Amino acid sequence: MDPLLLLEQSFNGLQFGVMLFLIAAGLTLVFGVMDLVNLAHGSLVMIGAYLATTLVAWTDSFLLGMILALPATFVVGALVEVVALRTLYRRDHLDQVLATFGLILFFNEVVRIVWGPISLYSGLPDYLSGHVEIIPGAPYPVFRLLIIAVGLAVAGIIYLIVAHTRLGMLIRAGASNNEMVGALGVNIKSLFTLVFALGAVFAGLAGMMLGPLTSVESGMGEPLLILAFVVIIIGGIGSIRGAFIAAIVIGMVDTVGRIFLPVLLRAVVSDAAADTAGPALASMLIYILMAAILVVRPRGLFPARTG
Amino acid sequence: MNNRQIWLTLITLALFAVVPPLAAIFDQPFYVDMLARVLILALAAVSLDFILGYGGMVSFGHAAYMGIGAYTVGIFSFYGIDNGFIQFPLAMAASALVGLIFGAMSLRTSGVYFIMITLAFAQMLYFLGISLEEFGGDDGMTAARSEFAGLVDLNDSSQFYYLVLACLALVLFILHRLVRSRFGMVIRASRTNEKRMQAMGFHTYRYKLAGFTIAASICGLSGALFANLNEFVSPDIMHWTRSGEIMIMVIMGGMGTLIGPVLGAAGFLLLEEYLPQWMEIFMTNAGEHWAIIMGPILIAIVLFGRGGIHALFARKWFPRRSGARNGGGKGHG
Repeated sequence: MDPLLLLEQSFNGLQFGVMLFLIAAGLTLVFGVMDLVNLAHGSLVMIGAYLATTLVAWTDSFLLGMILALPATFVVGALVEVVALRTLYRRDHLDQVLATFGLILFFNEVVRIVWGPISLYSGLPDYLSGHVEIIPGAPYPVFRLLIIAVGLAVAGIIYLIVAHTRLGMLIRAGASNNEMVGALGVNIKSLFTLVFALGAVFAGLAGMMLGPLTSVESGMGEPLLILAFVVIIIGGIGSIRGAFIAAIVIGMVDTVGRIFLPVLLRAVVSDAAADTAGPALASMLIYILMAAILVVRPRGLFPARTG
Repeated sequence: MNNRQIWLTLITLALFAVVPPLAAIFDQPFYVDMLARVLILALAAVSLDFILGYGGMVSFGHAAYMGIGAYTVGIFSFYGIDNGFIQFPLAMAASALVGLIFGAMSLRTSGVYFIMITLAFAQMLYFLGISLEEFGGDDGMTAARSEFAGLVDLNDSSQFYYLVLACLALVLFILHRLVRSRFGMVIRASRTNEKRMQAMGFHTYRYKLAGFTIAASICGLSGALFANLNEFVSPDIMHWTRSGEIMIMVIMGGMGTLIGPVLGAAGFLLLEEYLPQWMEIFMTNAGEHWAIIMGPILIAIVLFGRGGIHALFARKWFPRRSGARNGGGKGHG
């Protein structure tokens, strides 16, 4: 096995992991505080990517466009919460799942109408499209490194907000008993809107950074949403720390597994069997991991809620 | 289920039964295929309702079992075995086995964990389907229609239709007996108050797992029929949106009733078929964007449509007893 390849794939896994964390963070916060299962969280990833692509084209500056897209996603998130999701908090989880499923259909069609049915490709500016040799002999794309840096920075910011600010105190209090928080005189409605919009920004940020790597298209957030579910199941729903650890693990296992599982299998069984079973097994790896963890800990690694 | 609900069920099935002759009279064979599709998905919705409406298990991965059933038929067909008497029982057995495994792990959790885990397992099978290059991978594969030793000819669309209808009627009858049996009572009671059932000495986990497995098996039958209808199998059958759609059918028709999901499947698929055409009336080329109307319709059904189509009939005909959904609060499932 090539150690340089392993190292490179580990970086890819880390990059995928921080991306998943950005999506899972909002999902788990919204669930923890508002007790809302939001399937439409993936749509916020998509909307973030579309807004960023458009704003980059408008401003003709990659950095400026990205930075402007953040408050724009915040506004979209707040609007979605006020218009559509607020009524769902008191409903049971089944209603929430189905209503947000309806929202997905709606959003997917809205972006098709506004931006057209064809996928958008947003290029990278020159200063981000190069490679650097962090390890001698293994050039690595600058943009992917940037994603890792931004992801880790945001994870740090989320930690600081949740653990060391007044807002974070309210979020933690809301997660354990939001009625009590409301009774103590906190404007719980605006707290909910703020939390949701923050989650939207993190999801949107993931979408923005994903745009240049793949294509920006309708429904692009959905496969990631399901992976984010796996992340928060493993991490423990409502736990930011759990989401971070699980996201990195999932990112690593998925990326590295896809490359090395077929190689490992080839050492054990015949080449033909390994070529057939390898990709199949690799695509199931993270779900098997999830099942294994659940057998040991049915409420995830860091269960935040006890009720 | 009272007598009136049985009547509603029988009337609905009778209406479905007259479709092929009517289609022949009016020379509209298209409707037979379209309603065969409705009945097949109704079968999946009925099986989901058995665990969702009666058992309170919010399984968001039901399409997975359709996929297992469909792939069983497809893989047999791939190796040249077209005998339906082999394909169908094995399709149901394979789905039951997968249901048993997934259920055994998912039912260890509850509430929102259960929703997400069932979704994740279904997604796993979806990706497994994509990675199976031998069976067409992403593109899927064609599947020849099953043969039943000359008894039923599936290439004849009205014979196919009646086979599906017979399967649905049989399943409805079995489930009707099942929900009223001791076994069904335990499952229904565990939805209302699981702790109490446990305190009374019932191993609710085993009962729920058995229910989950039965539902998976019925859904596998639906998948086997679906593969025959399309003469084609692909991972798309297991796409997570299909799980969502099956669930919508249950809610739309009326959760916790037997015929409700059938009405819901009809309502959903007819809406999907005709909504684009209605939209064209108001605006040309608007039809392709039908989802922008469909999404809000679904939200409205969830928010305001308590009890679904079934309750609509029930309220109109039998004002005292509404066959509405039976609640289902947060945190259990």
